[in-house]
Amino acid sequence: MPTGADLIREAKERVRELDPSAVHDLLGNGNGAVVIDVREQHEFDEAHLPDAVHVPRGHLESRIEGAVPDRSRTVVLYCASGNRSALAADTLQSELGYTDVASMRGGITLWQATGYQVDVPTRLTPAQRDRYARHLVIPEIGPAGQLKLLGAKVLLLGAGGLGSPVALYLAAAGIGTLGIVDDDEVDLSNLQRQVAHSNDRIGVAKVDSAEQAIHAINPEVEVVKYRTRLEAANVIETISGYDVIVDGADNFPTRYLLNDASVRLRIPVVSASILGFDGQLAVFAPYVGPCYRCLYPTPPPAELAPSCGDNGVLGVLPGVMGLLQATEVIKLVVEIGEPLIGRLLLYEALGATFTDLKVRRDPDCPICSRDPETISDEELGVFPDYAAFCGAAG
Amino acid sequence: MPTVRIPPVLRPSTAGESVIPANGANVGEVLRELVDRHPATQGQLFGNDGELNRYVNVYLNDEDVRVLSGLDTPVAAEDTLVLLPAMAGG
Repeated sequence: MPTGADLIREAKERVRELDPSAVHDLLGNGNGAVVIDVREQHEFDEAHLPDAVHVPRGHLESRIEGAVPDRSRTVVLYCASGNRSALAADTLQSELGYTDVASMRGGITLWQATGYQVDVPTRLTPAQRDRYARHLVIPEIGPAGQLKLLGAKVLLLGAGGLGSPVALYLAAAGIGTLGIVDDDEVDLSNLQRQVAHSNDRIGVAKVDSAEQAIHAINPEVEVVKYRTRLEAANVIETISGYDVIVDGADNFPTRYLLNDASVRLRIPVVSASILGFDGQLAVFAPYVGPCYRCLYPTPPPAELAPSCGDNGVLGVLPGVMGLLQATEVIKLVVEIGEPLIGRLLLYEALGATFTDLKVRRDPDCPICSRDPETISDEELGVFPDYAAFCGAAG
Repeated sequence: MPTVRIPPVLRPSTAGESVIPANGANVGEVLRELVDRHPATQGQLFGNDGELNRYVNVYLNDEDVRVLSGLDTPVAAEDTLVLLPAMAGG
């Protein structure tokens, strides 16, 4: 009676064995080879070769035809060290009629030791499955979409009226990293609308207060705090590495500055602004749709651009507009639906009306009509009467 | 008659009115009638050269008149002009 070791040795004599380097070359040459991981589920979940198809050896006969219907296709099997895959390869060519089968010598252990990359899949923990259960059952989001949210980095420009609801709901939705830029402190007059803050945090820096609110909802969210004002000198460094930026700035110079820098770095901006009973919302996706300057080539003079502090704002209005922003962020991150690119959505609370306007790319736009590499540091946020305007901003 | 939607920042110049009917065969004529009835809007809408100020966006229904024919864009009786200011409140 042969031993198990005898069977493995005999199988290896019958099948073609390839070193990891040969498999690496084979997968890179684009000839349609398929790589099959024959290990158990928990092993596959820990790490596997890029693009590997999982067919556990115990299910080989029942599943291989679904994974590789074409028996003439090149099939490379691997396991941990090369034994199970040799047995599986032997089965494929001797009993199932596959004509071009190989087993990877040394398995994924030798593959990794050789220095080749593996995919380490991120998985939802049981607690995450519970927390995001209502997302997971939506087909458009599901586990894959939730993992995108968990891996996303979103920067909030401002932790005020708009930034507050955005921060709370994106935290609840499971955005992995929330950056917050704000140099202000919580004031009693903020609390009519800035719902991330609270009475007992008056005088606290808004970035710290917002962090507390975020972690009270979802302690998993990584909060990156920038207690500063966005300026030409720090904008590129601050926004680099983020997937989406949420513009809730309270002044024009910052909005133009953010636009120019985000175009240069090709980062989409979900922009909203509010005043009185009116709100505006748009998604500016660089080189896909128009940018902020395409819509507003120059800011209005100060008398036509009052701040919320001057003219007031209905307390719930930033809630409405901020949650529309948060919705657009989620759509961008999960890559679903039709983001508000090339459109401007107006909300007028008194009339309870939404109006959708078209916004076109300006072929003469001073920023987004050019290659991003040509946008210099000196140009960021500049417009003709910048100095005069800055004095009246805020 | 076409109507013009007035944004909040211009309402102090229109006695608080938010929707104003105004006659005209094109965008320029409709806006001129608006200015005739509410002269305080003149300096906010038009520059000294008679052209629209660059910071004033005018939409004919859902389309920016800059991509149509500007002030010469024809206007029908059922059309709506939307005056759109940039806002920075957050």
